[in-house]
Amino acid sequence: MNFYNEMYDADGGVREHYKRYEAWLKETPPERIERKRAEADLAFHRVGITFAVYGEEAGKERLIPFDIIPRIIPSKEWKAMERGMRQRVKALNMFLWDIYHDQEILKAGKIPAEQVLDNAQYRAVMKGVDVPAGIYAHIAGVDLVRAGAGEFYVLEDNLRVPSGVSYMLEDRKMMMRLFPELFARHKVAPVQHYPDMLLEKLRAVAPQGITDPTVVVLTPGAYNSAYFEHSFLAQQMGVELVEGRDLFVKNETVYMRTTQGPQRVDVIYRRIDDDFLDPLAFRADSALGVPGILKAYQAGNVTLSNAIGTGVADDKSIYPYVPEMIRFYLGEEPILNNVPTYMCRKKDDLAYVLDHLGELVVKEVHGAGGYGMLVGPASTKEQIEKFRQLLLAKPDGYIAQPTLALSNCPTFVEEGIAPRHLDLRPFVLSSGKCVNMVPGGLTRVALTKGSLVVNSSQGGGTKDTWVLED
Amino acid sequence: MLSRTADHLFWMSRYIERAENLARLLDVTWQMSLVPQSEAATNQSWAAIIALNSLEEAYAAKYSTVTGENVLRFMVSDPDNFSSIYSCLRMARENAHAVRGTLTTEMWETMNSTWLEAREKSFEQIANAGIGEFFEWVKMRSSLSRGTTLGTLLQDEAFHFIRLGTLLERADNTARILDVKYHVLRPHGEEEEATDFYQWGALLRSVSGFEVYRKVYRDVITPERVAELLILNSDMPRSLRFCLNGVVKNLELVANSHSGETLRQAGQLYSQLRYGRIDDMLKEGLHEWLTDFMDRIYLIGDGISKDFLVPMSEAA
Repeated sequence: MNFYNEMYDADGGVREHYKRYEAWLKETPPERIERKRAEADLAFHRVGITFAVYGEEAGKERLIPFDIIPRIIPSKEWKAMERGMRQRVKALNMFLWDIYHDQEILKAGKIPAEQVLDNAQYRAVMKGVDVPAGIYAHIAGVDLVRAGAGEFYVLEDNLRVPSGVSYMLEDRKMMMRLFPELFARHKVAPVQHYPDMLLEKLRAVAPQGITDPTVVVLTPGAYNSAYFEHSFLAQQMGVELVEGRDLFVKNETVYMRTTQGPQRVDVIYRRIDDDFLDPLAFRADSALGVPGILKAYQAGNVTLSNAIGTGVADDKSIYPYVPEMIRFYLGEEPILNNVPTYMCRKKDDLAYVLDHLGELVVKEVHGAGGYGMLVGPASTKEQIEKFRQLLLAKPDGYIAQPTLALSNCPTFVEEGIAPRHLDLRPFVLSSGKCVNMVPGGLTRVALTKGSLVVNSSQGGGTKDTWVLED
Repeated sequence: MLSRTADHLFWMSRYIERAENLARLLDVTWQMSLVPQSEAATNQSWAAIIALNSLEEAYAAKYSTVTGENVLRFMVSDPDNFSSIYSCLRMARENAHAVRGTLTTEMWETMNSTWLEAREKSFEQIANAGIGEFFEWVKMRSSLSRGTTLGTLLQDEAFHFIRLGTLLERADNTARILDVKYHVLRPHGEEEEATDFYQWGALLRSVSGFEVYRKVYRDVITPERVAELLILNSDMPRSLRFCLNGVVKNLELVANSHSGETLRQAGQLYSQLRYGRIDDMLKEGLHEWLTDFMDRIYLIGDGISKDFLVPMSEAA
């Protein structure tokens, strides 16, 4: 397979936007680079930018490998991506409003009604709830990959609790600390205002009549894999980081327990899944949530960000319909490509998938984090057979997509610098009519040779992402 | 501030203070064991450390005899012993981790790297490098925590709860050290022994009070004055009076509508120290007086928990 290389063109020449960096890399003594890489490692450890890995020894924290070769995106390319994401997230929010209100898109037959209404992520409790400004996904993490001859595809829309933005910010900080001279040579668009932008969005969607809202970040706790990010964002925004047990509901209003008595909370940036939010409404065994919070939310006395029930729109079984949503709600043609998707619940699709397991990527409809997926070309016969049985047993639990020839980028690995596959997750913020994002996002890179799985839980690393200003 | 946040800050500072005081106590006991004296006397002072922390049972489950090496191993780096320096540093870091967003970067990095370094040190490594060096390191890390707190943290509620934790813990630790050592030393007080001088000197050193004593009294070391210095001196940072003064001040700064009774108790205890005389305390019996003091310190800690730290009643 031929892969698009972010730094070099097909003839081995350096792409225009990488020329300066490449020249710098050539003239910088390897010892200096080595020293800087060690310095980065040490600094990340000391700062404690770590994540917990499920299934490993409890409480164990691991560093996410950081690569010092940035992923560079020219301004023109970014602008097109930005337009595409804005369009996409706008349509997704309109879709969410629609399915929890009049369900026009279902009536118009654009998406089979049972696909939406029977979806485990569809929350009937949200029907008729008017969320502020009609926004459900205030924060979206759109996973983009470049494939084929260099065109971008949306791999998935993360509309529940997308994570990784703290790495985007810390990677930039680290790059600037290690190699300030690079930033003197390049006009790299800044990203450090993300927390301000986020706070502004969260304040903008406060319940009606609240002029000076109290915003909090709700975390499952210090042992959650993304705890660093939760506390980082709370600190950067200057708001409280709360756990479920810090909150309580009285008269359909949410309060936090403070040293000076109860204090009302207006906007909750929650980093807890729907299922665990309210033991009275969802999973009764949840110790992470706040009893009664759903009632307070339905009464419009508190804003949850993201809203309850967004999962139905980023579900892999709904993903194939996003281009249709864009046409339906906006009357526009999609700017970003969708990956062609086989829906195994359809007989023909399933038959095709079973015949081509060795070439396809098969994903669990509700899966995330790179768990529960099969990458056909990289799998053994046994693994493929195992998935065949899974598919036959529960076809509607899976989708399949052609294995994309993910682009790659030179990366420091044990044997030196070698190309590794990567993706990009920009963070798209919405409130009312405004959809904004900081230029770039989190670039994740698969560190194992040939691997197409970039998730940090699967040993992926990160790179600083540069959008170059003209 | 969130009650839980205040709770973590309070305990973070208590644990780091506890680690420091433990390092001080172990350090002087170890140094004293190098002074020629009977084996029984040496073992007695090691046993006192176990008793001081009410760890007799847990210790007996691991070791059949009380020896310096065993006690050091148990109190320095045993992860199963929740009172070991190792465990205290771990708990301090865990509490810090839970509220890292409230700490300044410098404070968090200090707490975190203290624990990361402590975790790497096996008892053998510590012993080989010289155990005194390790105690110095613990004291230095505790000082660094306090220093980054003083030098970088906004002096708001977070700061006050951190100070409350430090001072309450220190008051308790100083009282405990004094209680145990005074007992061990006192019975044969009538016949002056040379070792007594060293013992009292060691006690003073364990609370950084040796030079202070000299400065304040410019005279020979007597048990009564040692007690007076550690209990009633207003300027000695590890004395009970100094600690209680700080507890009262910080309690006033964070006061809420429930905390009146706790403040009253702390204020009452402080007045005893402010206006009390050492002769009266010794007449009453120092052990009785210190026991009562520790009970009241415990009650104040409990009051702070109930007033501020544990989730309050939900009545809005």
